Amino acid sequence: MILRYWNSMDPSRKRRIRMVVALSCALLLVGALAYTSFSAASTAVQPSQLLASTDPGKSYQLTGKVVDGSVVRTREAIRFRVRDRTNKKSVAVSYVGAVPDPFREGREVIITVRSAGAAAPPHSFIGEKDTLITKCPSKFKESEPGSPASDLKKS
Amino acid sequence: MATIGQACLVFSLGFAIYGAGASLVGARTGREALVRSGRRSLYLLFALTVIAFLITEFAFFTSDFSFTVVATHSSTTTPWYYRIAAMWSSQQGSLMLWLTLLAGWSSLCVVLLRGRLRDVAPYAVAVLLGLGAFFTAVMLFSASPFTTVAVAPVEGSGLNPLLRHPSMMIHPIMLYSGYTLFAIPFAFAIGALIVRRVDAEWLRATRVYSLAAWLALGTGIILGARWSYAELGWGGYWAWDPVENAALLPWLTGTAFLHSVKIQERRGMMKIWNASLVLATGTLAILGTFLVRSGILDSIHAFVQEGNMVAWFFTALIVAMVAGSVYLVITRRDNALRSESRLDSLLSRESAFLGNNLVLVAITFVVLWGTFFPLISEALTSQKEAVGPPWFDQYTVPLVLILVLLSGIGPVIAWRKTSWSRLWRSMRLPAILALLVAIGCVIWEPANGDVSALVMFVVGAFAITISLQELWRGTRARQAMTGEGPLAAFRLLLARNRARYGGFIIHIGVATLFIGIAASSSFQNVRDVRLGVGEQTTLSGYSFTYQKPVAKIETQGGKLERITLGSQIRVSKDGKFVSNLYPNRGYYPSSSPMLGAVSTYFAGESTSEIGLKAGAIKDLWIAETPDISSLMPVVRRGDAVFEKASSQGLEPEARSVFLAAALNGLTTRYRESPPPAQFRVIVSPMVFWIWIGSLIVFIGGLVAAWPSVGAVRDRVRARQAVRVAQDLGRA
Repeated sequence: MILRYWNSMDPSRKRRIRMVVALSCALLLVGALAYTSFSAASTAVQPSQLLASTDPGKSYQLTGKVVDGSVVRTREAIRFRVRDRTNKKSVAVSYVGAVPDPFREGREVIITVRSAGAAAPPHSFIGEKDTLITKCPSKFKESEPGSPASDLKKS
Repeated sequence: MATIGQACLVFSLGFAIYGAGASLVGARTGREALVRSGRRSLYLLFALTVIAFLITEFAFFTSDFSFTVVATHSSTTTPWYYRIAAMWSSQQGSLMLWLTLLAGWSSLCVVLLRGRLRDVAPYAVAVLLGLGAFFTAVMLFSASPFTTVAVAPVEGSGLNPLLRHPSMMIHPIMLYSGYTLFAIPFAFAIGALIVRRVDAEWLRATRVYSLAAWLALGTGIILGARWSYAELGWGGYWAWDPVENAALLPWLTGTAFLHSVKIQERRGMMKIWNASLVLATGTLAILGTFLVRSGILDSIHAFVQEGNMVAWFFTALIVAMVAGSVYLVITRRDNALRSESRLDSLLSRESAFLGNNLVLVAITFVVLWGTFFPLISEALTSQKEAVGPPWFDQYTVPLVLILVLLSGIGPVIAWRKTSWSRLWRSMRLPAILALLVAIGCVIWEPANGDVSALVMFVVGAFAITISLQELWRGTRARQAMTGEGPLAAFRLLLARNRARYGGFIIHIGVATLFIGIAASSSFQNVRDVRLGVGEQTTLSGYSFTYQKPVAKIETQGGKLERITLGSQIRVSKDGKFVSNLYPNRGYYPSSSPMLGAVSTYFAGESTSEIGLKAGAIKDLWIAETPDISSLMPVVRRGDAVFEKASSQGLEPEARSVFLAAALNGLTTRYRESPPPAQFRVIVSPMVFWIWIGSLIVFIGGLVAAWPSVGAVRDRVRARQAVRVAQDLGRA
């Protein structure tokens, strides 16, 4: 019945209907994307922003540099501090899971963290398993202190 | 040498700007001499960039550390084949590679198309030279590979150990070939829109470049995935990282374009859509290049910091490309881009291809949205937010399922209109087989734990069977008609209709690849465990026993390249020996002069070499992070001894001998009393099929892209026609 009606419909009307259906689908997809992305997203922060305010239970995507001399590996976890790119404000992170090869002190990392809770020392965070990623140091980097590159630049 | 290289870049910029201008003026005024001059400028650009490229490569090969780029990205301890590849691990070298490939592919295209598309080609040449001028300017003003220092350092920083993998030697070349080849259909689309000649001829003429771009980019993406799986020590092959996504975006729109272009060729439909797709693909290719260099999004792949000059260059280019594309499509939509026919039925190949296009564009939009979400959210809420892999999977998994299903259905539906009964006849056998696979998966417990994986197995089986069935039917029909043997009939079947049958092979590969992805991501078992010598862990029925430590010093050209600490892991199942795996971690020396004589060998980069037993059913994968903390007190004592000895005038030769002895002692100590090490063990089913599927796609792509006898004949005829016309003109 519907098929017969559709077949006998004026072609220009058919095109309009198709256009409306297509645009509605596109609009629905955009709406769904917007809604789910905002509800599933982790707030991207630097350590100084976490120091300023933290919502317990909420997850954050922390970006910063691993503080020199802060990495401690234990049987259970790896502990380190992450600081802002441009200043020394830092937070402590305890992490269980795969540690990428390029991970090391002074290198920029991205990790999803939650507050360690009231029982833990202040400004301590727990990294979610397997969320630690380290920026690949190979490509297009600024030279690191002490490397020949930086020496060259000085000269 | 550096001066010659820099001069080549300066002349390249000059010729590119002149050539673009000459082509434009020649096209507008009809002055053939100017058009010819523009074309020759492109060839000159290629010649000059090849010289500049070779000079840079020579500097890398000979470890000429007076070149800053060589000193910061290579060393004498880097093996020669990685020294060559080290060039494109740098910003400057990768831009050089980009420009050389762009000039090379563009010149090849212009040579092969000489005599065809005479009205469109000058504009296309102008666009290609414009892009060439852009990349030359970026290098000259912001990232020249020919920057030098007066006093060359004795040793360079070395290529990052993570990039010392065979995939990484080819991966950038393939990616950049994909990006630069996509610039060709983009440039011709601009030309076709300018002269309002948006018929199927420019599509046919540039199809081989679109296909080659798609193939190269896809190969680059897969090589990157393979590198990630084997080298990064986390056991995955895709992380939805912005830089990975940047390469995927033009590949997706390129895939949509390769399908929809067929509809325009056959029916003269979807001209606006095709023009938009090809323009979007070209722009996304530049966006991909921009993302790697801009630092606007956080990615695991290193970027320069935000606000660098290269980012501003690229932003300006992308804005210009988007604005120009939108302007051309809008101003040409009513006449040049009007469809010549309409969709006759929803049950037609056009509809299936349209469906495939909508799904691919939807995936593109999802990936684009997720990738740029940090910027979108910051613009809307002043708060930077980011979405992770589960968010991407939530949308892309169902869309990919539809895509694989359509890849099965699309090619067997007739053009214009078909009937349900005819469709059923084509799909009866594959549908029955898919049903059997579904029943098998439901009954067999290990395969029924994940609904989306189960659906992928079913639609994948369906798509593979349909493609095999079409190849079989075609071969049988040819055998019946010509009496050829099966192999000869199959070979000639492919040769007669490369696009169609190459497409079937690609569909088989794509379905195989997605089956591998579905199985490995849904049924993978992972365990992070700390083991001492003699201890074992079990996973998926396999026992992994730490049998003995491995420690050795590896040299390159008489110099220490790295210290390797690892282990021998015995894998067994039900008490029976399966394999020995040798995961290890290589410690590369740091180039920092601030470190002690011994600790410098443990403070540099380190990288995992995984132990892998790959198989058709499952992969046994293991990575190790040795605990070197027990060695560090000894290392520090060694530093102190060498510092004291140096202050007392220890000769360099004697120092080298003592240092070698100290490092040998350290490795012996590690072998004799190894501390427990951290292991990541993964048992992952069917990863093998991801690589096999990719290989099948590659073969299918080659079959489809290989020039057919007809195309070569057309090209020869076109050239003859040009010669005759020129002779007549002279007469």
